[in-house]
Amino acid sequence: MIAVENRTLGRWALNAAAGVAFAFILLPLVFVTWLAFFLQAIPSFPPQGYSIKWFLAIADNPKFVDGFWLSLQVAVVAMLIGLAIGVPAALCLARYRFRGREPIGNLLLLPLVVPGIVLGTALYVFHVEITLLTDLPILGSIAGLIAGHILLVIPWSVRLVSASLAGFDRSIEEAAQSLGATPLTTFFRITLPTIRPGIVAAALFGFVVSFGNLEMSMFLVGAGRTTLPITILQYLEYRIDPTIAAVSVLQILLIGTAMVITDRFVSLARVV
Amino acid sequence: MARLDLEHVSKHFGPTVAVREVSLDVRDGEFVVLLGPSGCGKTTTLRIIAGFLAPTGGKVRVGGKDVTTLPPWKRNAGMVFQSYALFPHLTVAENVAFGLQMRKLPKPEIPGRVAEALALVRLGGLADRLPRQLSGGQQQRVALARALVIRPDVLLLDEPLSNLDAKLRETVRVEIRELQRQLGTTTVMVTHDQEEALIMADRLVVMSEGSVRQVGTQRDLYERPADRFVAGFVGRSNLLPGRMVGPGQFQTEGGVAIACTDGVLGPGVIALRPERLVLGSAAAALDNRLTGTVELVSYLGASIDVHVRVSAADRVVVSQPNRADGAQPKEGDTIDVGWMSGAAVVLCD
Repeated sequence: MIAVENRTLGRWALNAAAGVAFAFILLPLVFVTWLAFFLQAIPSFPPQGYSIKWFLAIADNPKFVDGFWLSLQVAVVAMLIGLAIGVPAALCLARYRFRGREPIGNLLLLPLVVPGIVLGTALYVFHVEITLLTDLPILGSIAGLIAGHILLVIPWSVRLVSASLAGFDRSIEEAAQSLGATPLTTFFRITLPTIRPGIVAAALFGFVVSFGNLEMSMFLVGAGRTTLPITILQYLEYRIDPTIAAVSVLQILLIGTAMVITDRFVSLARVV
Repeated sequence: MARLDLEHVSKHFGPTVAVREVSLDVRDGEFVVLLGPSGCGKTTTLRIIAGFLAPTGGKVRVGGKDVTTLPPWKRNAGMVFQSYALFPHLTVAENVAFGLQMRKLPKPEIPGRVAEALALVRLGGLADRLPRQLSGGQQQRVALARALVIRPDVLLLDEPLSNLDAKLRETVRVEIRELQRQLGTTTVMVTHDQEEALIMADRLVVMSEGSVRQVGTQRDLYERPADRFVAGFVGRSNLLPGRMVGPGQFQTEGGVAIACTDGVLGPGVIALRPERLVLGSAAAALDNRLTGTVELVSYLGASIDVHVRVSAADRVVVSQPNRADGAQPKEGDTIDVGWMSGAAVVLCD
């Protein structure tokens, strides 16, 4: 009897802990969403009424629209290039034993560890030096911004693709070859589809980290060109009306939609 | 379908020799089994035939054509892997069709060939399943169908039954054997399970430490083992070390004199099959007879093992049929052990 009571107690404690954790994660999102619909310009409780005018205000503000498009472009391009580097890197790390394998593996994960501010400062100085040396217009260019964001995507793609390669049975590649497939055909017809869940997850996470990055981007954007997170920060310096909350809600929706769509193709719970 | 020849095939991995000078002729339509303990080089040999490994010496010929330097995708070898290696993202039918697509078979012909191959392994109803929705036995048959559908010159089986449970293994090995006979596909199988090897093979190749110890039929290996290793690995043998002291005379290290029919002078070992030994009064009529003490009796159901000490250094196991009438010897009994001298095989070092 005591054992049964203990188990009930344990289950109750687990549920409570899970509830607290969920509340901790979700409450800010709930408040931001609620705030986005407040009528008054200065957020205060209780709300004086509800309105969707802040959402409409976003569309009228070219800074938000431009910032959104820039962030979207940068995130998509950085995600694609990051995958093009990360997937082959993960394959090499998983399959070959070569000198410097461990250090290279760690190096590829490093951008995850270095604080964004440090990374941004370092890249800024680097860009300045390169621009001075070569006269190429790298400082403040979109290419420079994207190059920085690729650094953010690589650790995620290496990590997630490596995870999906961990249980990979290489004899299926040999089977394909014994059936007449060349190594190239084997890679595209057999290997790639098998690790697809890892690649899709890597694409999603790469996109999200790039789209939401603020600290590093601040150092790399050029004059008059800002990503969405920077636009939000700049707006907040002068105003604190619910427009920001509305922008946040749209961002949450965008990323949430991306996750739901991704989940239809590969179960995210299986890869992450 | 074609003959397969290995000529002095060797494989070195740095200083270690995985396969040493293996030569083997497999006739068209023959089923040859490479048998040996793990690490004996049998799987390496199979992978060399498939083209996954390049030999460091020697030649591989299929149908008389030298394929030693051809990559696997240019050889026509169907392989069944120990893990089955089914493509997890493709259905059963797509798995089987893969080899045909790679061979650029006209599209309309593919479904017919796939259905034919699946019918052969009695999996017709499961064409649209994914591999993970199949049992181990069904996956094994898909792997077989996938390897056979390309009408390979040689079929290579790498421990194909080791992941099946014991009951299933007994039926599948007979099925594979019958299918192979029916199709007449030249086949090389690798296994460490001697019972499996004896049941399935036309001819067996016993390997150990990278070398071929003996090639022959089941009867050859059992009646005339080439060396101590084969005598111990295929079936059971009482191996008594000693030396040939004269023509037809063997003396064990324990000092027991044994008459035999062959063997050259010098040190060697005499091999006696437990079921060729006879106990008690029946031994009186036989031309080899020893007296010893029963030390252990093991009841095995169909037979009974009697361990008899015949000298301080020599003990033999006698396998007796378990008959309803006969009284079985008890531990501590003094008893005669006899055999026909032709039953003893002398293996010289």
